[in-house]
Amino acid sequence: MTSRTLSLKAPTPMPGWGLSFGIMLSMLSVVVLIPMGVLLWRGFVDFGAAGIWEVINRPRVWAALELSFRAALVASLFNLVFGVALAWVLVRYRFPGKRIVDAAVDLPFALPTAVAGIALTAIYAPRGVFGAFMLEHFGLRIAYTEIGIWIALIFVGLPFVVRTVQPVIEEIDRETEEVSATLGASRLRTITHVILPMLAPAALTGFALALARSVGEYGSVIFIAGNLPNVTEIAPLLIVIRLEEFDYDGAVAIAIAMLAISFALLLAINLIQIWSRRRMGAV
Amino acid sequence: MTDITPTRWRPATTEPALVKWSLTGLCLAVLTVLLFAPLIAVFDEALRRGWAFALASLGDPDAQSAIRLTLVVAAISVPLNAAFGIAAAWAITKFDWRGKAWVITLIDLPFSVSPVVAGLLFVLMFGANSALGGWLVANGFPVVFAVPGIVLATMFITFPFVARELIPVMLEQGRAEEEAALTLGASGWRTFLTVTLPNIRWALLYGVLLCNARAMGEFGAVAVVSGKIRGQTTTMPLMIEMFYNEYLSVAAFTMASVLALLALVTLTLKSALEWRYADQLAATHRHH
Repeated sequence: MTSRTLSLKAPTPMPGWGLSFGIMLSMLSVVVLIPMGVLLWRGFVDFGAAGIWEVINRPRVWAALELSFRAALVASLFNLVFGVALAWVLVRYRFPGKRIVDAAVDLPFALPTAVAGIALTAIYAPRGVFGAFMLEHFGLRIAYTEIGIWIALIFVGLPFVVRTVQPVIEEIDRETEEVSATLGASRLRTITHVILPMLAPAALTGFALALARSVGEYGSVIFIAGNLPNVTEIAPLLIVIRLEEFDYDGAVAIAIAMLAISFALLLAINLIQIWSRRRMGAV
Repeated sequence: MTDITPTRWRPATTEPALVKWSLTGLCLAVLTVLLFAPLIAVFDEALRRGWAFALASLGDPDAQSAIRLTLVVAAISVPLNAAFGIAAAWAITKFDWRGKAWVITLIDLPFSVSPVVAGLLFVLMFGANSALGGWLVANGFPVVFAVPGIVLATMFITFPFVARELIPVMLEQGRAEEEAALTLGASGWRTFLTVTLPNIRWALLYGVLLCNARAMGEFGAVAVVSGKIRGQTTTMPLMIEMFYNEYLSVAAFTMASVLALLALVTLTLKSALEWRYADQLAATHRHH
């Protein structure tokens, strides 16, 4: 090991290389790399790309993947707009209880998804506080429909855009805004032409993170979704159902399809970051 | 007075008061409907039939064993992930080597994997129908549908938390202090314990806090590997689902309240760390 790793790393008197690198690599292998390898092996070698496609290309699976992606997209777009607005309010405005609101934004990170799931269902079900209100006044059912899934995914992805955009707003130089105003731009024009472009890379990064999280979300969704095949059945739930039927190949195929979606999103995040670095000269 | 009083002066770098108040009001309204209302609902539903009834539901033997199991799983997986985080941050920030960016990406990987897929990974690897799993079961060490599987799935889900928090902090602090200690004759361990650790302790605590909250609350990944054997492999979040599906609403929401309280304690400590030690936490959290 030493002779190989020596050529890998620049010489330094710092101790602990073998120990720290060893712990890191062995734990990474046992917890992440080998299990992921087993999944890909099961999928592509044992089962084959054609087999995977056969499983995915069925109406019920297709509907589940489409639903997961569509609902995640709707929720993340909402969170993109709302997150930028909330970050702006939290940085620029003063109001009582601001610190508590700021801390509460992270609640979806800290609250277990199952708790969020049953809580959202309790208030958005037809007999819940908001559920009854919406049904009575707008004839709109929220829980046990796709709207319920949107609500759960908005909850889960809420902090991402706020937390990526907030530090950028804090670092905006007020002088830039003053220059824009001095040159005759209205406040609205300054916001749309000067401030929002500065926030765009961070906002898009947060959007992609929220999207990646919501596509795979399970715990908060299954309670509120209704879980009707072809209608409100999300892809992760379908994996669980396949496993309960001992249809491992089916579960593997859907999992690989979901991983492909996630990796496409990760790639997008990286491209956004490269683009923003080039554009803004910094991360 | 004549009517030459100027219209109220407003700096060019703020919005009109009306815009300010309506935007703030709108944000608070959305947060109320999406964040605060569900949180209140958890406690409200739990106390629907009074404190005594709610507390009694926690005395149920299945509920007790779920609480115990959740504590055991967190007590194993969180320290292991903290150890990983420290080792990874040391290897990544104190040495220059090729392939670093790849390793960082791999450490972040679990964040973009669905919890259900995470659970599936360990079912495939250690399930009774795999070669390794069959051998382990035959030798009396089942992983899937047992505690080791729950620990592994939890570790996968919370894998990046500590490392992600430590790496930026240690990068920023550089290597000069450690190099000075080594030059003065301190051993490697002594350097780590007396120089590095004091510098990263708040960041470490911050990472451990988030890691623990997620570990105790993980649902999807654990649901897949646990087999949901009542009283044996049922963690608190799984117990919530079971109670809920059995229409034991008070029991479900009482268990949920315990986890919600944990989340609130976590948020409070996390905010306290952010306000008190902002300069010693990762750059991304430094917004105060």
